[in-house]
Amino acid sequence: MDFNDTPQEAEFRAEVSQWLSQNAKLRSESGGMMSMFAEAEGGELRGEAEWEMVRTSQAWQRKKADANWGVITWPKKFGGRGGNIMQQVIWGQEEAKYETPANIFMIGIGMAGPTIMTHGTNEQKDRYLQPMLRGDEVWCQLFSEPGAGSDLAGLRTRAVKDGDDWVINGQKVWTSGAHYSKWGILVTRHDPSLPKHKGLTYFIVDMESPGVEVRPIRQITGGANFNEVFFNDVRIPDSNRLGAVGQGWAVSITTLMNERMSIGGGGGLFGGDNGLGSIVALLRETTLDGRPALEHDAVRQKMAEFAARFKALELTGYRTLSALSQGAMPGSESSVMKLAMGLLIQEMAAFIMELQGAAGVLTDRQDTLMEAMWQQAYLGIPAIRIAGGTDEVQRNIIGERILGLPTDIRIDKTVPFNEVPTGPSKKG
Amino acid sequence: MNFKFSQDQEMMRDSAKRLLADLSSYAAVHKILDSEATHDANLWKQMAEAGWLSTAIPEEYGGAGMGYLELAVLAEEMGKTLACTPFSSSIYMAAELIKAAGSESQKATYLAKLAAGDAIATVAYAEKGRIDAAGVQVKAQGRKLTGVKSPVVDGLSADLAIVSARDEEGVSLYLVNLADSKVTRESVATMDRTRKQARLSFNGVDAEPLGKAGQGAALLDAMSYKAAALFAFEQVGGAQAAMEMAVQYAKERYAFGRPIGSFQAIKHRIADMFVKVETARSSAYYAAWALESAPEKLQQAASGARVMGIDAYAFAAQENVQVHGGIGFTWEANPHLHMKRAKHLESLLGGAIVWRERLMRSLEQAA
Repeated sequence: MDFNDTPQEAEFRAEVSQWLSQNAKLRSESGGMMSMFAEAEGGELRGEAEWEMVRTSQAWQRKKADANWGVITWPKKFGGRGGNIMQQVIWGQEEAKYETPANIFMIGIGMAGPTIMTHGTNEQKDRYLQPMLRGDEVWCQLFSEPGAGSDLAGLRTRAVKDGDDWVINGQKVWTSGAHYSKWGILVTRHDPSLPKHKGLTYFIVDMESPGVEVRPIRQITGGANFNEVFFNDVRIPDSNRLGAVGQGWAVSITTLMNERMSIGGGGGLFGGDNGLGSIVALLRETTLDGRPALEHDAVRQKMAEFAARFKALELTGYRTLSALSQGAMPGSESSVMKLAMGLLIQEMAAFIMELQGAAGVLTDRQDTLMEAMWQQAYLGIPAIRIAGGTDEVQRNIIGERILGLPTDIRIDKTVPFNEVPTGPSKKG
Repeated sequence: MNFKFSQDQEMMRDSAKRLLADLSSYAAVHKILDSEATHDANLWKQMAEAGWLSTAIPEEYGGAGMGYLELAVLAEEMGKTLACTPFSSSIYMAAELIKAAGSESQKATYLAKLAAGDAIATVAYAEKGRIDAAGVQVKAQGRKLTGVKSPVVDGLSADLAIVSARDEEGVSLYLVNLADSKVTRESVATMDRTRKQARLSFNGVDAEPLGKAGQGAALLDAMSYKAAALFAFEQVGGAQAAMEMAVQYAKERYAFGRPIGSFQAIKHRIADMFVKVETARSSAYYAAWALESAPEKLQQAASGARVMGIDAYAFAAQENVQVHGGIGFTWEANPHLHMKRAKHLESLLGGAIVWRERLMRSLEQAA
């Protein structure tokens, strides 16, 4: 057992650090932690600032790709570095120390890419992987629907074969970045008379196709990171089908497994060895009921509990990744991380808001601690608890796949999909 | 970064598992629960013969000279099986104090005996449950102790106690031979009857100073971080066992025509146990590594491991009783054994409030 870098890891870290120091700017003290919650300011949902972010992000990815840092874990034959998962973690930890643009390539590089590598034809691999890795083409994920969230296999977007094409009709939702993506990974129902998991087929869709309509969804944060995407007689050539007709569920599982894997790294989220040190320092300066917040035992107790849980999650993440790097099969352990992290950040955000007195509810950057980061976190965190498998889905995964508890009794798995009971408004 | 125990350490775990499966079954634990026996003497003897007690004691004092990671492996397995022995009192606590503060001759005299299991030692630091140094009222005058310590875990079986007492220099530690006629031992009723406790009265008994006079509080404090790291493994092991018991029962017990584990109300409760067990496990690993290799990180790591370990074990043990329903409230069933052991382990060295405050102090120092 050793929590320090091995000599090989230290050497890799030095190499990463050297390249980053020559190509990016170090973050300031206060910035950094949990930048995932940062929101564009102002009421504008879409605008030039966002396109600027996309261009900067693409430029950074291209720069990394040119120096062979594009994707650490992809095999060399697909343009990756051929590195291991611990190297990916080290990259994430080091990159988090620098001011780098938002990462808009998680869906492509983290999910679509590995799915194409596993299920794609040679032509598909040749066409899509290179521009994806270089950041030239951005990808989005078209899985969830208004009537199919946790019950993803209940999706209803129809695909009907017409000559060499498929014609798509339906609606997807919660699609990050659909408005600046070139490609989407799309799961559809090609046959509603088959049981729900058997009637699905998976496609790559050109987001510039006629009939694709993208509309922003305004979130509780005020921002609009997500979209609704409507398909009205959109034609997709059969050569863009990923996997066999009827194999859509198996292909989707590959995508979702990679979604879980890609949450690794975490360097930016955890702020290094000292965990919550910067917050503790701030609470010395924060007055609560006439004395420093840090002199209240109730505050000390709560912050210590948060710190213990925070560090434990950081360590659990690394423990999982270290097992993977030693050849363990990717399992469902990342469910622990996702479930516990969402709940912890939500509790922390609510508590740290309470410490800010009348400014607790403000999103103004001047009058709040850490430029309203915790207020933004408080607004953003419900998405973390819902997206990518809700807390409830994660608990099912832990209970059933890790602990072997019996599954719930299901009435929807064996009957034809169009005979599964639905609410009053939906008919397949 | 490597979170794994070594191959040798895993082999040690396998042999510990075998010995404990034979000798520390739930039936064996129930026997100690229902008897007046101070501990499981046969299990203790077998542990000594297998060399467990000598694990982290240096070779020059008759030990095996291995490290704390090996001790952590044993602690986890003992925690899982609720082993009813004075291992923690004698080894994590007393032997560590003697290693840290003993003179050459004290180390030579006592460590070899503890390593071989020829003597059992414990640490008598609490007075009417109060464990902070300011509360020490036992008096030391001219190397004679007077006063009462209570509760003292393993105080009924120990041959030797390290006692905190007040002298001219403040609080100091003393070694006392508990067989002396000027020591009275009484049993005190405790909810965890598998770990019996005592009230020790000292009536002018001869005592031998351990460490520098006035250093008692500091020595106990330093020992408590080491012990907390090891107790965290007992807590993780116990929590894991309670969770596994809940899983097993939820698969076998049928209600409303289906196994109760298929209901999300039960499944999700057990999933929450898993989250707590796994995060507490990561924290314990970190503390063990700090104990063995990074002493500058020990205070923060051990405090975190203790906070997480206390919570995980209490939650898993209490919710395991709930998953069992009515049968879980019976004396004959096993769930209450973990519920009580969880509280026993929490009561030693201060509970979560004390350790959250310690963690906060270490964060302040670092911030």
